[in-house]
Amino acid sequence: MPEITIYPTAPLPAREQLEILVANILAEARVRGATAAEAAVSFSSALSVTVRLGEVETLEHHRQRGLGVTVYIGQSRGSASTADWRPEAIRDTVQSACAIARHTATDPCAGLADPDRLAREIPDLDLYHPWPLSVEDGIEMARECEAAALALDPRIRNSEGGSVATHAGLMVYGNSYGFCGGYPTTRHSLSCSVIAQDESGMQRNHWYAVARHHNDLETPVAVGQKAAERALRRLGSRRLGTRQVPVLFSPELARGLIGHFVAAIRGGALYRKASFLLDRLGTPVFPAFVTIRERPHLPKGLASAPFDSEGVATVDRDIVSDGVLRGYVLDSYSARRLGMRTTGNAGGTHNLIVEPGPLAHDELMRQLHTGLWVTELLGHGVNLVTGDYSRGASGFWVESGEIQFPVHEITIAGNLNEMFEGIVTVGNDVDARGGIRCGSLLVERMTVAGE
Amino acid sequence: MITDTLALPRQQLLVPAGIGEDDLHRALACMLGHAVDGGDLYFQRRRTESWSLEDGQVKNASHAIQQGVGVRAVSGEKTGFAYSDEILMPALLEAATAARAIAQHGGEGQIQVWQTAPRAMLYEPLDPLETLSAEAKVRLLEAVDVEARRQDPRVTQVMVSLAAVHDTILVAGSDGALAGDVRPLVRLNVAVIVERDGRREQGSSGGGGRVGYGWFLDEDRALGYAREAVRLALVNLEAVPAPAGTMTVVLGPGWPGILLHEAIGHGLEGDFNRKGTSAFSGRIGERVASPLCTVVDDGTLASRRGSLNVDDEGTPTQCTTLIERGVLKGYLQDKLNARLMKTAPTGNGRRESYAHLPLPRMTNTYLLPGEHEPAEIIASVERGLYAVNFGGGQVDITSGKFVFSASEAYLVENGRVTRPVKGATLIGNGPDVLTKVTMVGNDLKLDDGVGTCGKDGQSVPVGVGQPTLKVAALTVGGTQA
Repeated sequence: MPEITIYPTAPLPAREQLEILVANILAEARVRGATAAEAAVSFSSALSVTVRLGEVETLEHHRQRGLGVTVYIGQSRGSASTADWRPEAIRDTVQSACAIARHTATDPCAGLADPDRLAREIPDLDLYHPWPLSVEDGIEMARECEAAALALDPRIRNSEGGSVATHAGLMVYGNSYGFCGGYPTTRHSLSCSVIAQDESGMQRNHWYAVARHHNDLETPVAVGQKAAERALRRLGSRRLGTRQVPVLFSPELARGLIGHFVAAIRGGALYRKASFLLDRLGTPVFPAFVTIRERPHLPKGLASAPFDSEGVATVDRDIVSDGVLRGYVLDSYSARRLGMRTTGNAGGTHNLIVEPGPLAHDELMRQLHTGLWVTELLGHGVNLVTGDYSRGASGFWVESGEIQFPVHEITIAGNLNEMFEGIVTVGNDVDARGGIRCGSLLVERMTVAGE
Repeated sequence: MITDTLALPRQQLLVPAGIGEDDLHRALACMLGHAVDGGDLYFQRRRTESWSLEDGQVKNASHAIQQGVGVRAVSGEKTGFAYSDEILMPALLEAATAARAIAQHGGEGQIQVWQTAPRAMLYEPLDPLETLSAEAKVRLLEAVDVEARRQDPRVTQVMVSLAAVHDTILVAGSDGALAGDVRPLVRLNVAVIVERDGRREQGSSGGGGRVGYGWFLDEDRALGYAREAVRLALVNLEAVPAPAGTMTVVLGPGWPGILLHEAIGHGLEGDFNRKGTSAFSGRIGERVASPLCTVVDDGTLASRRGSLNVDDEGTPTQCTTLIERGVLKGYLQDKLNARLMKTAPTGNGRRESYAHLPLPRMTNTYLLPGEHEPAEIIASVERGLYAVNFGGGQVDITSGKFVFSASEAYLVENGRVTRPVKGATLIGNGPDVLTKVTMVGNDLKLDDGVGTCGKDGQSVPVGVGQPTLKVAALTVGGTQA
């Protein structure tokens, strides 16, 4: 037996300790002449194990502290951060932020969130479920995950490993209006990446599971087998000729398309006029059957948060209903720039849910009929100013709803405006492993470039 | 310049914590006592700042300090890793204890005597944050804004950012490696939005290197970035939809060398090849490019963004030939993969910070110049694409498929550059794209110092370069089928 000592993730400090730190930072800022200030302090601890070809490859212990402060001197602001919690480091950090604020320009929109929007109650969203995982059990689970992939088919010839990771963190935010709130969270994951090989060459693919509670993860065997199936089905990939076809985006990729939509309705992109969705509030962006809700308080949600990174209470809302854009994604600063009010999205959105349609994967394939089912994308060819979209892709060529052969080394291109308007169907095959929950999306027409 | 490269790092990282070289031995011994083959300690202190301008004013700036020590224990192919954000002896020993949990019976590591040698310095050990006063930084940003706006009335937005990193590292390995480095890095970026008749386009430009801020004031560099960003945005305002399909592509000099980074460089990193997961695995000595192509990775270029005096394992950087006249010559190695592949490290062991494990990574990757005049190359193309500016790229090292996205491109018709086309992603296959290189220009250029490479969630600064290249067939992902 290997000689392995058990090291669970390090215990989190008490929340009161972080609250005291925040209070000290705010007090220091006041002493140094700040007229307002906000601070966030965080602690996180993680353990991750990777097993490759049955043997432990890496065992990593992570423990990280953070401390960030933004000060306002009148309407000028400065920020500074450090990982050092000692009193002298806090003094230096606050001093750095104040020194910066003496050089930055006066900005009438700068400042803390409006006090009436700060969270008054902090609901418990059930986000903290530490996993008492020993190193030995973690190794065994990663091994089981990879072994399931390797055992599935003799063409699974190589591996980048199976991994298990557990992460726990505590964050406290406070500002000089007297708001102070914090909560602990956990996040656990299982992943596997393997390589299938035959006379046509090598293909790699992966699968993962992630959850707030380890009991909500898919089993290691299921994750390993899915990774293997996904690598196997890519074997024998061919190219396609250049053509215009309907494209079905798998749920993992559909989430990315919705992510581009969110990026284009963020306040920062809008007030800089750097978005292809400028001035579209109240107008249709999607077909009438598309609804996108924000639900920040879902128990155990991966993007759940009782308040945003400015302390603003998060609220349920519909960002898109009947296909019409109903609201932007704003923090206090960008909202003031636009003459609006914050939507509680400082730091991002909190559980966006694209309302699923009735069709399952097989039915979506029949509806696609003849076209491209895209399962992977490569590169970053998305221009949010114009909406122009051009990315590397791989997936499957489909005729009459049946897979004909896997394809790769092609690109798909279009414009996000037209792609959103051209969504024919939202699937019911929702991928809930992230802050955006979405099923497959079938887009009417895109240009495939290939041979 | 030759100097004691250890003195400053020792003073900054070890002295305040009262850690001496005997303590480094003690921490390494704490790991090796548990049957670990070897290991290293990586001390780091990093100060960064960033100033940004929009609406003609510097409204935001931040300052950050990051410091800590990473402890790695290695046993065969296994790695144990832990770190602490306190540089103090008890924390160091605690991390060493956690890292050694990887150990199995059978290792027999021994700590070697420290070996340090004075080294040539590729950049000055300066603190770039202190090379300009706060007032002068604000003035520089404002000057760039004014320069951009005065280029054209269609400029509606100008965003400028100025950033510096002062990174001090010290690495001590059980193999006796003891090295320090002070690594300055600055970067200036300009992004503009232009608008005409309701159509908006963007353009961006920038540069930097391992220098002080004064470099931006020299040779009109900062204002040059402003003019270049506006020029790019205005070109895109005229752009028509890009073609779709496979065609001849001429790549301009400099930053388009991202082709080499994605198509070739990543696939030659030692970890993928040791594991046999790269499309280039086991292909040393084979022809993977046209005889016109010689590609190197060179960490020793003075003041370059991708350069390092020593890598993050204490190995001096070098110029490694990856492809020589079309034949695959070598891989990029860190210590772990070099040992397992029974070869020498190449000074490519890099890590984002003390909180990350070292991996084989590129430094400055470029293709050596050929014989043709760039104009000759374009004149030889009947119909194709001339791509001169790019955004990012990505590669699947196992299948070899790679992409890189053009942000400035033109149609070539009958040997002449004609209309600008909208940005498009180009896709190809790493192991054979360079076999289709039919002409290489005599105009080798390195990029302006803007590249950041991501791998396994770790970002490191890199450089790329190339002369004008003609690729006989590459797939262009436009919308015009």
